[in-house]
Order: sequence, then structure tokens, then C-alpha cells
Amino acid sequence: MADELEPSGESPEHEDPGAHLPSPTIWPFAFAGAVALILVGLIVSTIASVIGVVLAVVFGFLWIRQATREVRGEPEPVEAPEPEAVESEEGPVRIERARFLEGATLGLGALIGAVVTLPVLGFTVLPAFVEQGFPDVDLGPLDKYPEGEWRIATFVGRPEDGNVSRRTAFVRYNGLADQVPSFTIISNRCVHLGCPTQPQGPPGEAEEVKTSAAPVTLTPTQPSGFGCPCHGGAYDIEGNRVAGPPVRSLDRYEYSIKDGNLFIGAPYSVGEVTGAGADAVVVRYRWTDPGVHVDGPEEYLYPYSP
Amino acid sequence: MAKPKLHHRVRKFVMMPLDWLEERSGLVGAVHYFLFRKVPHDTNWFHTLGSATLTAFIVQTVTGVILAMYYKPSPEEAYASIQNITNELTLGWLVRGMHRWGASVFIILLFLHLGRVFLFGAYKYPRELNWLVGVLLLVLAMLEGFTGYLLPWDQTSYWATVVGINLNSTAPVVGPFLADFLRGGQEIGTETLSRFYSLHMLLLPGALIGLIVLHLYLVIRLGVTSPPWSKDAAGAERAEVVTAPRGLVEPRPRGDGAAADVRGRPEG
Repeated sequence: MADELEPSGESPEHEDPGAHLPSPTIWPFAFAGAVALILVGLIVSTIASVIGVVLAVVFGFLWIRQATREVRGEPEPVEAPEPEAVESEEGPVRIERARFLEGATLGLGALIGAVVTLPVLGFTVLPAFVEQGFPDVDLGPLDKYPEGEWRIATFVGRPEDGNVSRRTAFVRYNGLADQVPSFTIISNRCVHLGCPTQPQGPPGEAEEVKTSAAPVTLTPTQPSGFGCPCHGGAYDIEGNRVAGPPVRSLDRYEYSIKDGNLFIGAPYSVGEVTGAGADAVVVRYRWTDPGVHVDGPEEYLYPYSP
Repeated sequence: MAKPKLHHRVRKFVMMPLDWLEERSGLVGAVHYFLFRKVPHDTNWFHTLGSATLTAFIVQTVTGVILAMYYKPSPEEAYASIQNITNELTLGWLVRGMHRWGASVFIILLFLHLGRVFLFGAYKYPRELNWLVGVLLLVLAMLEGFTGYLLPWDQTSYWATVVGINLNSTAPVVGPFLADFLRGGQEIGTETLSRFYSLHMLLLPGALIGLIVLHLYLVIRLGVTSPPWSKDAAGAERAEVVTAPRGLVEPRPRGDGAAADVRGRPEG
């Protein structure tokens, strides 16, 4: 059995009493590790190099001491069990080495596999969950938005991404509230499954408005509400669900006013809107995907959001 | 009779390179084993649905590789490159049409094959694992359909993908994460198209090919089932069983598992 397990060419060395075989030792490995530490320390930190030098000296001394043991006439310590085991029929030591090599191969393979796979897996998955943020986008001067009227504003959300980031929002100027202009900006994204909702009313003549960024298209309209062509979701003029499958009210956008221009900001999700216009009370939630409940008992189906 | 007959000489001439190959690789024998393995004598046309599905997949692979030479997976160019393939390039309409309609044919054949396996009871012992592999193949094929649908980058494909991704987002707990992963972010953008393209033409086909190899290996190892109306004894028939001296009554243990209820059948 032992003959089968051990590689050919090794057995004569063990059986031939004249052959010299250095006793197994750990010190060369430790010495090599210390040298590696010196080299790493040259790049990273001098202290590591100094520690590496000390270790190299210590381990090198121990290695030499062990290698010269025979010459110095020192008796070999506890080497006795090994040759005995080699002689025996069972050959337990050799099986252990085979096992060790097998385990080392598998273990190193797994380690190399993990070192290669984990970064790739992380790169595949993680960038999708990085918060990208929403740049403020210029929607044109305030006088393009007469009080109480709706405009369908089509704008480029991320100039660097181009037309693929083109978005549409419904914008209404509510007049001054506490000396500050108040706007209602509703996203056209249906909160059922994300189709574009349409205003329930005839659209007027579109107007292209030059802004500090890409031009914005403003189309006047007098809607009675908003409707989705895909699955019949219907919303009232404040974006509350009236009928159909949507699970919450239409999303809204934050806004700011800089140098007399209206800037659209980040979107947020809305549970419910009570009241209307500048006095509307909006229950805000973190912006989330269509079809995701933000309130009611179903909210607990979505405990985490990326 | 000094000269050997003509067909013998031709045969020798033809077989020479094959013999060379066989001696060095054993591949000829392997192919021979695959093509001339024993199957039940009462197989019928329904048994060809699996091969038909494989053929549809090969058509998809070949046409897909050729389409990839002309398709440009960026939001600015995708639609125009599809128009170019369809309207300008010689026979582009044909290759794109084969890929587009072949996708539907592939899925239809998959379901017919699945129905055949189910109705013939071919998923039963010892072929359960092959059923599971087949289900994985079905899921991957449908993912191919989902990712491929976005690539023309027209209104239909864009909004269908918007709805498809948002359907995923409604799944409890993991839904929003799934949707973000598919989109490559919070909104459909430049990332989404290239991501779907990569999934459609690299990751998913690779997984499909690997599983198809496993599927075929299991088919060859376990053999083909007889139809349910067959009068032969049930059970798989492997080459070893066929070549060994057979016993009609005694159960014949096979392999290590030694399934007691699988017995060798008389040759048809």
C-alpha cells in the first residue's frame, strides 16, 4: 500500500542507509518570510524592514544551527518516530504527506479562486448600489411659469449621459407662499410599473426654453389629473391615486431658485397629499422604485432599500 | 483477386486520417459511441424535440455572433446600428430575422420538450437531475429573452424593459436591490444597455452552453426513455447492459448505486 502511495524515486533514498537526507526544518520558510518582509518594508515602511532584518538574522541563525547539527556532533532530536513509520507497512507518515499536499492544493486553489473572484463579483454587483445623486437641472426663468398653470417640462437629467437621461415632469407655479415662490413638481413616472403618465387634458403649443444647460421643452396644459396608458392607473391633480393599480401617489421633485431660474432637484416618493397647491401637506419618503409600497401594512414587505 | 476492390481502397483512404485521429485522441470512438448508442426501439418523433431545441439554440448562437459584429451597444448608436443591420447590410434583415424569430422558436421548443418529458414521465428516476438542469436551462433561456429584448433600443423595448425591471422591484425584500442591479443604478441609463448586452451575449450563453453539455452528458449516460405505452420493461439502458449477457427476469445492478428495479431489456 505504501508503495502505491509514494512517488517513485523517493523510496530508495529512505531505504538506502548511505543516502543523506537533511532533517525537515521550518527555518528556511521563516527566513524567506523575513526577507519578503524586508522587501515589503522598503516600499511600505522602514520599521517593517528593520523588523524583517532582525527576524532574518534570528531565523537564519536557527537555520544554520540546525543544518550544522550533524557536523557539530549534536544528536538529532526526536527524529526517531519518522523513520520507524516509513519502515512500517502502513506508512502513515507518507499518507499524511499526500493528504497534506492534497489539502494544500485544494486550499491554495480555493484561496487563489477567492482572490480572483471576490473583486470581480464585487465589481459586478456593488457599483449598481452606489448613490449617484441628482444634479440640479435648470428649468428656465420663473416668468415661463404663470401662476396656477401647468407646464410639461422635458429636460436632460444628467448632461453627461445625454438623451438617455431625458425626463419629464409636470410643473405648476403656486404663487408666493411666505414671500417665497412655491412650485409643485410631479414626476411623470407612474408608480405602478414606471410607464410615463399623461396629463388628462389637451396639450398646448410646445416652447423650447434656453437655459444654462440643455434646452428645456415646456408644453402648456390644463389637466384634470394624470393617467397612465399602460395599465390604466389614474391620479388626481395633486398626484394622489384615484383608480387603477398604483400603490402610492406620484413621485415629486425638490426644487430651488437661483438667479431667477427654477432648478429641479432630487426626486422623492410620496405617500399621500392632503390639501392643494402651496398649502398641500405631502407625506415624503425616500425615493424608491415604482410598485414599492411606502406606507400601509405592505410597507413591511420592503424593509431595506439600496 | 490481386487487386482489392475499389470501395475497399476508398474506405482505406477515407479511414486513414480518422484512424490517425482515433489513435491519438479516441475522439472517433467517442463520436461513434454517441451516434450509435442504443435507444429504445419505440421512440417516436416527440423524442426529437430536445434535438430541435438544441438546433434552435445553435442557430441563435451563430446568428447572435454575426449580429454582434455590427451591433453597437451604446444608447446613441444602438438604434441606428439595428436600422443599419436591417435596412442597409446585405442579408442583414435575414440574420436579424432569424435571431429575432428564432428566439421565439427556441422558447416554444423548450416548452414543447418540457411537455414531452413531463407527459412521458421521463423526469422520473434516475433522470430527476436532468429535469432540474432542464429547468435551469429554461430560466436562463427566458433571461436571454428578457435581456435581448432591450437591445434594439426602440420605444417598445425601452418601455417593456422599464416595466420588466419594475416588476422585479416589487418582489418583497430583495426587489429594490434586484432592480438596482439590473439597471446598474437607480435609473435606466447608459449602464443598463451595456450591462444587458454583456449578460445577453457573454454570461448567459456561457452558462447555457455549460448546462447543455451537462444535460447531454446525462442523456447519454442514462439513455432515452420509452414512451409510456411501451410494452418493454421500464428503465434506463446503458451500453454496458446491452453488451453484457442479459437476463430478462433478474434485476441487473448498474454502477455503484445498483438500482434494483432497473433491468436490462431485450433488444428491440
